[in-house]
Parts: sequence; structure tokens; C-alpha cells
Amino acid sequence: MALDKTGIAKRIAKEVKDGYYVNLGIGIPTLVANYVRDDIEVEFQSENGVLGMGPFPFEGEEDADIINAGKQTITTLPGASFFDSAMSFSMIRGKHVDLTILGAMEVSENGDIANWKIPGKMVKGMGGAMDLVASAENIIVAMMHTNKAGESKLLKKCSLPLTGVGCVKKIVTNLAVLEVTDKGFKLLERAPGISVEDIKKATEGTLIVEGDIPEMSL
Amino acid sequence: MINKKVANVHEALEGVSDNMTFMLGGFGLCGIPENSINELVKLNLKGLTCISNNAGVDDFGLGLLLHKKQIKKMISSYVGENDEFERQMLSGELDVELIPQGTLAERCRAAQSGFPAIYTPAGYGTEVAEGKETREFDGKMYVLEHAFKADFAFVKAWKGDAAGNLIFKGTARNFNPAMCGAAKITVAEVEELVPVGSLDPNQIHIPGIFVQRIFLGETYEKRIEQRTVRTR
Repeated sequence: MALDKTGIAKRIAKEVKDGYYVNLGIGIPTLVANYVRDDIEVEFQSENGVLGMGPFPFEGEEDADIINAGKQTITTLPGASFFDSAMSFSMIRGKHVDLTILGAMEVSENGDIANWKIPGKMVKGMGGAMDLVASAENIIVAMMHTNKAGESKLLKKCSLPLTGVGCVKKIVTNLAVLEVTDKGFKLLERAPGISVEDIKKATEGTLIVEGDIPEMSL
Repeated sequence: MINKKVANVHEALEGVSDNMTFMLGGFGLCGIPENSINELVKLNLKGLTCISNNAGVDDFGLGLLLHKKQIKKMISSYVGENDEFERQMLSGELDVELIPQGTLAERCRAAQSGFPAIYTPAGYGTEVAEGKETREFDGKMYVLEHAFKADFAFVKAWKGDAAGNLIFKGTARNFNPAMCGAAKITVAEVEELVPVGSLDPNQIHIPGIFVQRIFLGETYEKRIEQRTVRTR
């Protein structure tokens, strides 16, 4: 069965390692924080200026001056820090953030990503996405394998305006875990009950299948 | 001590006029200069260019200026959450330049710091880099982005003193520090204007040299955009 958004978040959570500073994008990536092992030390960075983000506040304890990049009220954990936007992006561009997890509309087999603009529709802007993808060494994309019309979002070439070029390393979808290589999307794992054939059908870009592809464990 | 204190928002905004370029601090509605924005609405200036990460919501923040069609151009990184903005943008009434968030911060900081331009990897290979100079350093490509030029910067801090020293609170800091001293005149509004000498010099986020005028904000609504809570 294909994973739901929670399943994708759970699988990505396994990529989060002890000692990582992690930036989570809006949508599925935000859910990842809920499933990170509690025996490791991880700090979440939000690009509006906080490191050491905690859970949402209890009702009545919301502080308008403490929000995340999704403009949601949050709390901080012991050891947290606040800083200005320039320093926040110094952390990001300066490669001090270990892992960036973000959503995408399209990813191409050479690692290009498009996630900020659909021409002809309302354009809300890229926010910090272009800075994040241009700099991070370790970018995982969380997304559905196909769009609502059933069309593949893993393409030979992105059709939408790009957010960054050649930057995506790993993709976790509702069907599979894939690595971006010089030769295309390398299939690493299948979602439970999903066949290699199912994944081939849903992937427009070059799919590399070598040997037995294990089912992912969540 | 060089006194930067002015009596009220009216004095603080002396010299603003039509067609000027303003920087405005804030992320969403967090840490926005509410008093200065409300005064700009009252003054009914037109043809403004506003450099601000976001554009407020329909009835608050920069949305108030948009509603009165005072803004000619917005330079922002993210402009969702605002129907009037969308209408003016799609109809062509409003010119919008969308730029990466880190680039926005750094173009402010460059103006503050005396750098004419900076190289950033953000946006390389995308439409953001179209027509801009690019250059390779150590095998990676970068885009040349110029420092902003602005007439006024309007920032909001938590505490300040008459010397213009500022301390921010929580994530209300955001773009405010990088905008201080990045325009010809920086106007800071504060929630608490404390006696000179009462702030610990070790704790100052922005030294007064970057601020030309400081005033005590009258009221702060501090609206929350996404109130998210957990249950006990």
C-alpha cells in the first residue's frame, strides 16, 4: 500500500541522525519532527530566526513573538537561541545546517527541484527555499510520487520554473525511496506492498533498478 | 549620549514623501513596525516601493497600505495570505519582485555594511538569476546581488533607549536588525523606551549608531497569523 503523508514523514525521520541541525519545510516535512527517535539529540532550525524549536504551546501560552517559518506559534527547548534573518541564512548558506527536508512539485533526474511557482497561477514566492537548496549538502525531498492528475513528479526535466539546480540527493515518496545519481533516479526501497513495476509506471524520469529492492521499514 | 528620541510617530516619520523606497522589518506579522505602518496609512503617501519579507494580511500590516493602493512595488520573498495583494498583482496594478529570503536579508545587510553587492548561490540557474552577473568560485556558481538603496527603514524592537540602542524579543527580531542603518534614515519603534544606562551594553543587539530616530510605540496589536496549540 502506498504511504500516506505520515508514513513519508516516518520514513524520512529515520534519516535524521544524532547531532544533526535540521531545517524542515512546510507540509509533510513539518511532520518529520514528530517521528524522530527520542534517544538522539537533534535541533530544529526555523529560518525566521530560531534554533532549538519545541512543540506548539499549550493553549493560553501562545506568544506572538515566538513563531516558526510557517507563522505558527511555537515554543523553544532548553538550549534554544534566537537570531536575525541574516544570521539565519548564514547558518543555511554557510552549510552549518546538516539536513534540509522540503516538499516539491517536481524533481528531475539530475536533481533539479521546482517547488515555488506555477506560471499563470498566483505566485506566492520562494521564501527561503532557494537559499536552502542552493547551499545544503544534504537535501531530502518529501512528496507524493504523482500529482493529483496521476502524472509523475519525478521527471527527466522539470517543466515548472526551478528553485535550484542539481541539488536534490534523496527523495522519499508515497511509493519509494530514491537516490539521485549521475545516471538518474536509483531505486533504494519500495513502500510496503508496492512493486518495482508500480514505481516504474509512476516515474517518468530514468529509473535505475539494481538487484532486489527491499521494502522500507517504518 | 547622542539623543535619538522623538516624541511620537508623527515626528519619527518627518521627511517621508511619495515615491520613496522603504524597508520594513517583520516576518509575517511578527515584529512589524505597527505604529509606523499605521502612520504611513494616515499620511496617504503614494507610489511607494516597499522592501519587506512579506506583505501583511488583508486588514493588517502592509495589507493596510495595499488596500489604499499606496504601494507601487513590493520586494519580498513570500506574499501569500493576502487576497488584495493577489488581485493587484494579477491585474498589473502592483509590481512585485520576488527574491530569495536569504538574499533579501543579505541585500539589507550589504547596504548596512558598506558592500555594494554580494555573491550568493541562491537562485543560480533559476529565473531569479536572469540578467544578473554570475561567477564561479571553487567550482560552484554564484549570483551577484546588489545592496538595496532605501530612503527610510522602519524597524520594531522590544526595548530601546534614547541613544538608539535596541534589543529584540524572540523571533520578532527577524529582518529588523539587518535593516538598521541600511537606509538613509532608520526609524525604530519600541515597546519599552527605557532610561539611558539601564540596558546592559553586553546585551544590545543593535548599537544606536545604526538608528537615527527612536520612539515609544503607542499600542501593539501583535496579531498572530497561525495560532497553533497542543492539548495538555
